[in-house]
Amino acid sequence: MTHQQTLVSSVAVLTAFSCVIIFAGFFAPYDFAAQDRDTPFAPPTTLHFVDASGSFHICPFVYGSRDSASTSPNAEAASEQSYPLQWFVPGTPYKIAGVFTSHVHLFGVEKPARIFLMGSDAYGRDQFSRFLYGGQISLLAGLIAAILSVSIGILAGGIAGYYGGWLDGILMRGGELFLALPWLYLLFAVRAALPLHISQWQVFLLLISVMGLIGWARPARLIRGVVLSAKERNFVLAARGFGASDAYLLRRHVLPQTYAVLLTQITLLVPQYVLAEVTLTFLGLGVGEPMPSWGALLSSLQQYSVLSSYWWMFLPALLLIPLFVVFYAAADALQELHKSVPL
Amino acid sequence: MGKIHLSRACLVAMAIFCACSAARAYPQQPSEDRMIAGTASGHAGGRLVVALRSEPKTLNPALALDEPSRDVIRCLTADLIHINRGSLETEPSLAKSWNVSRDGRQYTLQLRHGVRFSDGQPFNADDVLFSFQLYLDEKVDSSQRDLLVVGGKPITVVKVDDYTVRFELAQAYAAAERLFDSIAILPRHLLQNTYQNGSFPQAWSLSMPADQFAGLGPFRLKEYVAGQRVVLERNPYYWKADRAGNQLPYLNEVTFLFVPSEDAQVIRFQSGDTDVLSRFSAENFAVLQKQQSEKGYHLDDLGAGLEYNFLFFNLNDPGPNVPPEITKKQAWFQDLHFRQAVSAAIDREGIVRLVYSGRATPIWDQVTPGNKLWLDANIAHPPRSQDRARDLLKSAGFSWKSDGALLDPHGDHVEFSILTSSSNAQRTKIATIVQDDLSQLGMTVQVVPLEFRAMVDRLLNTHNYEAAVMGLVSGDADPTSEMNVWLSSGETHLWHPRQEKPATPWESEMDRLMQRQLVTLDYSKRKHLYDRVQEIVAEELPVICLVSPDILVGGANRVGNFRPAILVPYALWNIEELYVQ
Repeated sequence: MTHQQTLVSSVAVLTAFSCVIIFAGFFAPYDFAAQDRDTPFAPPTTLHFVDASGSFHICPFVYGSRDSASTSPNAEAASEQSYPLQWFVPGTPYKIAGVFTSHVHLFGVEKPARIFLMGSDAYGRDQFSRFLYGGQISLLAGLIAAILSVSIGILAGGIAGYYGGWLDGILMRGGELFLALPWLYLLFAVRAALPLHISQWQVFLLLISVMGLIGWARPARLIRGVVLSAKERNFVLAARGFGASDAYLLRRHVLPQTYAVLLTQITLLVPQYVLAEVTLTFLGLGVGEPMPSWGALLSSLQQYSVLSSYWWMFLPALLLIPLFVVFYAAADALQELHKSVPL
Repeated sequence: MGKIHLSRACLVAMAIFCACSAARAYPQQPSEDRMIAGTASGHAGGRLVVALRSEPKTLNPALALDEPSRDVIRCLTADLIHINRGSLETEPSLAKSWNVSRDGRQYTLQLRHGVRFSDGQPFNADDVLFSFQLYLDEKVDSSQRDLLVVGGKPITVVKVDDYTVRFELAQAYAAAERLFDSIAILPRHLLQNTYQNGSFPQAWSLSMPADQFAGLGPFRLKEYVAGQRVVLERNPYYWKADRAGNQLPYLNEVTFLFVPSEDAQVIRFQSGDTDVLSRFSAENFAVLQKQQSEKGYHLDDLGAGLEYNFLFFNLNDPGPNVPPEITKKQAWFQDLHFRQAVSAAIDREGIVRLVYSGRATPIWDQVTPGNKLWLDANIAHPPRSQDRARDLLKSAGFSWKSDGALLDPHGDHVEFSILTSSSNAQRTKIATIVQDDLSQLGMTVQVVPLEFRAMVDRLLNTHNYEAAVMGLVSGDADPTSEMNVWLSSGETHLWHPRQEKPATPWESEMDRLMQRQLVTLDYSKRKHLYDRVQEIVAEELPVICLVSPDILVGGANRVGNFRPAILVPYALWNIEELYVQ
């Protein structure tokens, strides 16, 4: 596959995934905080196509929810009532992008049956719904933090590379200081100093800002490198000779040459920041209960009892792997394409 | 003929004598008052391996505060009167008998004769006097000192003769016998000089040479490897024997391994590295249960213990460290109908099912079903009802917006935070369930896990909090052990500690009841007084009691005489009687 094709297909996959995440309320059968105290740690619901009498149904169905304490998964299935999977069901209301309200869900089953595609957690909350809603928080955190650190990186790297001298020295040494900071401990300290009253969204924004503010040094160094070579180009020197100001040169001639590098950087940074957010929430530093970030979904795996008894709690981690592979494939393709473009 | 008879008689006598000596497991000391343990005989030898959550900080009984230190010290030392964990009653220990004066203020204890420390030195009343002198010395600042202050004055100890001691109390004290439990008797011959030259606080740290240690417990210190284990060996001078006359303990060695996390302890128990497991969660119980039969261990669920977990609100007076938003919210917390509504809305059965996998009991006041002697069975257990909660809130002037959010009488939305300890997963889960239940009433609740010491600082010192989920467990079933919680002037009167005078009429009544039960000697009268305290707690809800977790223990099948109890130290309280097959 050519680099162009890789890029296009990666972007298509990412766009499709982002659409599903944005419309999480529609694709998820349940609300992320809805507890079902009768079915904690329920295994993923099996979708049946063939019923007890052997006849095939095109539309799959589930059996009525079973008490989680029972041990045999096969017995008694025949005597339970079957609930067909229904499409476009009305359910709990939700908001899309915080603006539009709707209450139609893509699929669902009638009560008292439950459809847990990825099983349920300790409180009986549907892991699949929480995975989709959690994507909103984790992906958004990753994206905003990446944009934040790249923006600061452009500013710092551009100025350092363009002006050079003592300004360059200060900015780059400052950047190295940030690279050396133990960011995990810094975050623990920041969280402990916060007042009790901080709302979930404020914690979220704080998390993003700290991640973004710490990570500006690496993009800054890259930008600085590009600017150092870009400012010596003939057309830049010519424009300067014609009396162009520094700001004009930066905006019109120098910085546009960094866009390819910037794009690759963002594509590489987003999964890194998503993983950083997952790690922080896993350790208890991110958004609190009941908000469902991907790290929160994985944090119960810290207990031995969950690790050894409930295999479906690993599924969010397994689903993240192909996502990151797609991100890195896109970044890789961008890098190759950028190299082959003549300057 | 006479000669032959004599020599034969001598031979027979010697043979009998030798046979007797061989039949005994260990030689008997002459003229000794032994205590006979009421257990079936086990056989001698073997070693037991147990895990400790962290390394003990010290082996000095006067200074030890943490649980791991106390666990090891309990095996090395003995007390005068002991509370039998199985029956919850007091029994003679180093004191073989005692009498109480008519006014209940003087206890005369007769000590056992012929008892020796683990280094062979004899024990007598001088050691008792020395020990109590140490515990009561303010400069030593022992944590046991507070237990020995009755009626505002420390108890006095008088030596009557070498084996009789008299304790004098400032006032009659109902639970006086229970005072002596776990007050370890220290060896005067080893510690007198250390005490006099002021180096007692450094004495008996873990790294001391084993020969500088002497105690009256079933084991003595053998070896300490930093970061790994503490090994104890059998005390050859121990003063207890079993019913067949064999000297206890049966075990030759006890090893305490340092295993920091509960999950790691479970794994080691499962693999057979350790023989006893206690203080673990219900989820791990389920994991271990699956492999019980093939792995050679058994698990016991002993039913409700003494621990009670509860939710409470900040009822302190407005102080300098408390921000005005919290003071404004206290108007809600002070309203009894608000607290009653919260209690009515919480799903206690759900907590039992989800947090403890069914291995807990819902409770509505501070005495759990595990405390059979003091439980008031007449306290009402109202079932969960969101409707009743709503009615209570309505009668207090609260109302609801169209989207379901709860508004107080001034029109402000009801929202607050609940603190929990970040190291305790169960309490955080309880808080999450409470959050969900209260959100159905329209309240917005946030769960804030904090590091334990930071949380305790907010609760007891700065009072900068709104609500918290905590748990308490006392070492004894007697209500006197909880004086500091229920007295309004108490240090751990959690919702409003250290009051100068009682802030509410019901708190002043609780003070009166607790002070009276302290000096009432008759059990049924005390029970009547303490029942009334329980009723006040259930009516006025200073703490909203939620659940009491079951005591879960596990033991390897090869450990005999394994009879775990619901009081600390659950599985090892009868360590001198344990044996391995």
